[in-house]
Amino acid sequence: MPTCLFGGGMKRYLSVLRLFWSTAIAAELEYRLNFLIATLSSLGSLTGSLFGLFLFYRTGYQFQGWGWEEALVVLGIFTLLQGFSATLLVPNLNKIVTQVQEGTLDFVLLKPISSQFWLSSRVISPWGVPDLTFGLVLIVYAGNRLGVGLGAYLLSLIPLLFGLISLYSLWFMLGATSIWFVKIYNVTEVLRGLLEAGRFPIAAYPVAYRVFFTFIIPVAFLTTVPAEAMLNRVEWGWILGSGLLSVILLQSSKFFWRFALRFYTSASS
Amino acid sequence: MQRRGRIVRTLLSVYYAYMVEYRAELLLWVLSGTFPLILMGIWAQASESGLLTFQSEEFVRYFLAVFIVRQFTVVWVIWEFEREVLEGKLSAYLLQPIDPVWRHFFGHIAERFARLPFAFILIALFFWLYPQALWVPSPVGLGLGLAAIALAFSLRFLMQYTFALCAFWTERASAIEQFWFLFYLFLSGMIAPLEMFPDAVREAVLWTPFPYLIYFPASLLVGLPVDPWRGLFTMLGWGAFFFLVNRWLWRRGLRQYSGMGA
Repeated sequence: MPTCLFGGGMKRYLSVLRLFWSTAIAAELEYRLNFLIATLSSLGSLTGSLFGLFLFYRTGYQFQGWGWEEALVVLGIFTLLQGFSATLLVPNLNKIVTQVQEGTLDFVLLKPISSQFWLSSRVISPWGVPDLTFGLVLIVYAGNRLGVGLGAYLLSLIPLLFGLISLYSLWFMLGATSIWFVKIYNVTEVLRGLLEAGRFPIAAYPVAYRVFFTFIIPVAFLTTVPAEAMLNRVEWGWILGSGLLSVILLQSSKFFWRFALRFYTSASS
Repeated sequence: MQRRGRIVRTLLSVYYAYMVEYRAELLLWVLSGTFPLILMGIWAQASESGLLTFQSEEFVRYFLAVFIVRQFTVVWVIWEFEREVLEGKLSAYLLQPIDPVWRHFFGHIAERFARLPFAFILIALFFWLYPQALWVPSPVGLGLGLAAIALAFSLRFLMQYTFALCAFWTERASAIEQFWFLFYLFLSGMIAPLEMFPDAVREAVLWTPFPYLIYFPASLLVGLPVDPWRGLFTMLGWGAFFFLVNRWLWRRGLRQYSGMGA
């Protein structure tokens, strides 16, 4: 039914998404033990991060302008982002390379929906849920101790959303380079390694690092800016910058994908 | 003995050629080990406050040494072994008159040599950007440090290979490694030199194998005071333990193994 296939727009994408995710979750639930392992890992990772932060604060040192609880908010947002990437980014974008390698990208391109959408949302993995939960718990715990109001939480959602979009776009562009370089799995590892910097507020770094993590790899926009919004001390310029960045990166990711596809020589042709 | 030498040489040259083929990928792996460099920035900044016992340069040197040690002790045998067991490829290797572990072991060693130039370029770049941190390790420290790196690599390989053998029983043996890696990440000295840990924690951690994988060799390289004998014996002790478990699992595992063609 061509009208139905090509006309549905947004609604059609939503129903496709529901199908994708229900099958993916059904498949993942076959491995329930993995979920336990993911929870334990997530808990261990959080404990380790807290320990790492504690090593600084136990000496009486503070990241400039960031008390213990405030630094916890940053760590909570970082954990949240980790959960997000484990839920959506890793299971989808890190598989683009397999599609290229095995030539199955052909089938994706033939489907009557946006190939970028298909590649970015085909699978959802419940493995990120523990990280999402612990991240939220940490944020709410620290937020309560700091007396963060509902309005501030809601305000921080705006830069957080921008941050998620930026993160997705960067990750997708790196994944898309696998059109040229097949063994690219580790490009995203490089990005992930650099994103680790988001565990700490950007003020904790020396000047050169701050410049790098704001303008080259926008880590500052991913965790520090949303945290500052939550603490009610963000300047609107930063939120605006964050929004601008996400729009630019998202658009670039679209252009980049179209550009990359021109170089795709499929397995069958 | 002569036959052994020939096998080693063949495996090394084959895997070296293989690794050099994937130079670009290798460079990316080198670059993905930036975690110590990130922490270097934070600790160097923190030391400006004067509240810590270390100077900023000491932190910079320490974390650079951590970066170097990390580069030469990277191990991934569990992912390869897991795949071989799950896909039944192990069967073919079992037919050969050599324990399959050597294939992995020399693959790792050959990769070190292929990685060497990248690591050197990065280190040179680093000192060019930040000449104040330049230091020359004492000959003794350098010798001990290199020996410790070799030992640390062997121990880490042995531990991971032991976990890898669980692939005979479970589909995702790598999950064990991922969990173990958390301890490695936070207790090995990668996030901070052990001097920064609370005393009680440090004393406890020094009995585990983790600090000897990174903190110990890195400290020898930059000349922080560590007890080389204690390091040696702890590593040998844990090595012996994992070796016994490893051989036991291997024998039991082969009986269990029912991969394609086995």
